[in-house]
Amino acid sequence: MKILRGVAASPGIAHGPAFQFRQPSVHVKPVTVEDSAAEWRRFEAALHLAKQQLAEIYGSGRGELADIFRAHALMLEDPELLEAVRSTIQERSLNAEAALSKAAEAYVQALESLGDEYLRARAVDVRDVTNRLLRILVGATENSAAGLKAPSIILAGDLTPSDTLHLERSLVLGFCTAEGGATSHVAILARGMGRPALVGVGSDVLAVPSGTPVVLDGNEGVLLVDPDPDVVTAYLSRQAEAAASLSEARQHSHELTYTRDGHRVEILANIGSEEEAQAALQAGAEGVGLLRTEFLYMRSQGLPGEEEQYRAYRSIVGVFGQRPVILRTLDIGGDKPLAYLDLPQEANPFLGQRGIRLCLKRPDLIRPQLRAALRAAHGGNLKLMFPMVASVAEVRAARGLVEACRAELQAEGHSLASRLEIGVMVETPAAGLMADKLAAEVDFFSIGTNDLSQYTMAADRTNAEVASLTAGPQPAVLRLIASVVAAAHQRAKRVGLCGELASDLATIPVLVGLGLDELSMSGAVIPLAKHVIRTLTLDQVQDLARRALEATSADEVLRLVAERVPAVREFLSRA
Amino acid sequence: MPDLIVTVNHKVGLHARPAALFVQTAAKFKCSIKVTVGERTANAKSILSVLTLGAGQGAVLAIHAEGEDADQALAALGALVRSNFGEEG
Repeated sequence: MKILRGVAASPGIAHGPAFQFRQPSVHVKPVTVEDSAAEWRRFEAALHLAKQQLAEIYGSGRGELADIFRAHALMLEDPELLEAVRSTIQERSLNAEAALSKAAEAYVQALESLGDEYLRARAVDVRDVTNRLLRILVGATENSAAGLKAPSIILAGDLTPSDTLHLERSLVLGFCTAEGGATSHVAILARGMGRPALVGVGSDVLAVPSGTPVVLDGNEGVLLVDPDPDVVTAYLSRQAEAAASLSEARQHSHELTYTRDGHRVEILANIGSEEEAQAALQAGAEGVGLLRTEFLYMRSQGLPGEEEQYRAYRSIVGVFGQRPVILRTLDIGGDKPLAYLDLPQEANPFLGQRGIRLCLKRPDLIRPQLRAALRAAHGGNLKLMFPMVASVAEVRAARGLVEACRAELQAEGHSLASRLEIGVMVETPAAGLMADKLAAEVDFFSIGTNDLSQYTMAADRTNAEVASLTAGPQPAVLRLIASVVAAAHQRAKRVGLCGELASDLATIPVLVGLGLDELSMSGAVIPLAKHVIRTLTLDQVQDLARRALEATSADEVLRLVAERVPAVREFLSRA
Repeated sequence: MPDLIVTVNHKVGLHARPAALFVQTAAKFKCSIKVTVGERTANAKSILSVLTLGAGQGAVLAIHAEGEDADQALAALGALVRSNFGEEG
């Protein structure tokens, strides 16, 4: 048995015979042509056909595949490349094949010389596009995948997108290439096909004869050549386990979530429309931790009326029955403007009139929403929360507005829920630091870590230059979360977390350890989040949280999770 | 001979989708457009030429346009780069 190591580029494990895939090489001979104008027309015809082929191969692709297509199409239209080919044909009377090879090779070398993994992958693109044109020009028809008859693991020097897409999908178990990095095309395409891939293994992989049994481990980044039978058995059982734990996660996604020692964590969904409510329920959400209401305001030409809002909230409450739905009141401002609202330009919109600040200044914006929400709460379990709170006075003013709306509705003869829970989002450091005082004013807290991170770290989350300061579980933010949880629990109030951190499987053990009662996340993550929590014990994650609070960076926190919660690490590497 | 200086904030730099959008935008104009990063200069309408600039995140682009619609071209390219290639917010 021989072990080759490379870069794990697409997760999963595959076992089967190797298949050596060789690029069809096109032999180019420089020839002098008599009619250079006719030669250029021949080249133009080949260009036209190449564009058609591209459209056929990639036509239905989306996302990353569409990006590859666009890059190739742009190369076929590249004025510099075409001019180089045209002038060589014209001035040196060279044939189109030789003129193209020469012009393209200059770019391949320029891209490869920049020493950047991404640009080396673009050099592969240039080769791919060039080969396509050359094959059309020489009329080549050979199929390099012709020998592929049984499901195999594809070994190659590098694979162009065209190569990869031409392979019969049912015969491909995985990919292993000598060249390439984690962002090369074969990595992207393999992930898209759901096949494991290993790249950058080096030329040793080219020496493995077709038909040799191999195990490809796209999680750990190894290729086992001619492995011992007991090794194969071990790998296959791991593969089966991984598949089982995923399907187990889905099977139990509708059950309540407890740690192994019985500590309950409520798993809720963040949603922003009626359609998402249904999807979240199906994914296993135990309610809605964050109902963003901006969708109603964005899809209208003007402010949505009370009736329109009432119907929308009613239908979402209807989906969840007696389960909680936490509605966040309108959260707009200079950073999230509404076209039809002429809000003043601000020098620092993130520090300006956002969220509850704007709504208190302009009660006309929020009154219809509060009235609609109060009515929709009847018979369900709707709760209200206010965004961007920084002071106790704001909470009192906002509660005053709610009470005024309630009194109006009662006077109008509407039947209302006897009690409506009111909470605030903790997304300013001020709210975090005053949590003990705020806890006396509200029924619950929901920590919005996206804004809380941005304000705590004093780093604009839309500015790429400083984005790393707000990424991941920053210890400064974890400390604020810990103090908010303590303040809330002191007064027997519930506290949830609805930022992106709650959707991060690696951070979830820390959040559970910090004592959050609810985690609210995007629907797609729910089955996996529940599965992760079921592998934990409270002791274990409380110890983890204590250590995380003493960490000095987000990376250190994530390392602690990897060390202390092997189940999570194992699961993440398989998922 | 209008010129424009603008910084690429996009996380992948002037590569991939941003590079494609940049070249497609430049190609809409008749004027000749050059883009310089450090000591390298490229034809803004050529994807291969733009890629060989190796302009990563934070690269400062000096864009130079000449021709009848040069002002519009610079305005359009400037807006594209500043909007983070349409991925704002």
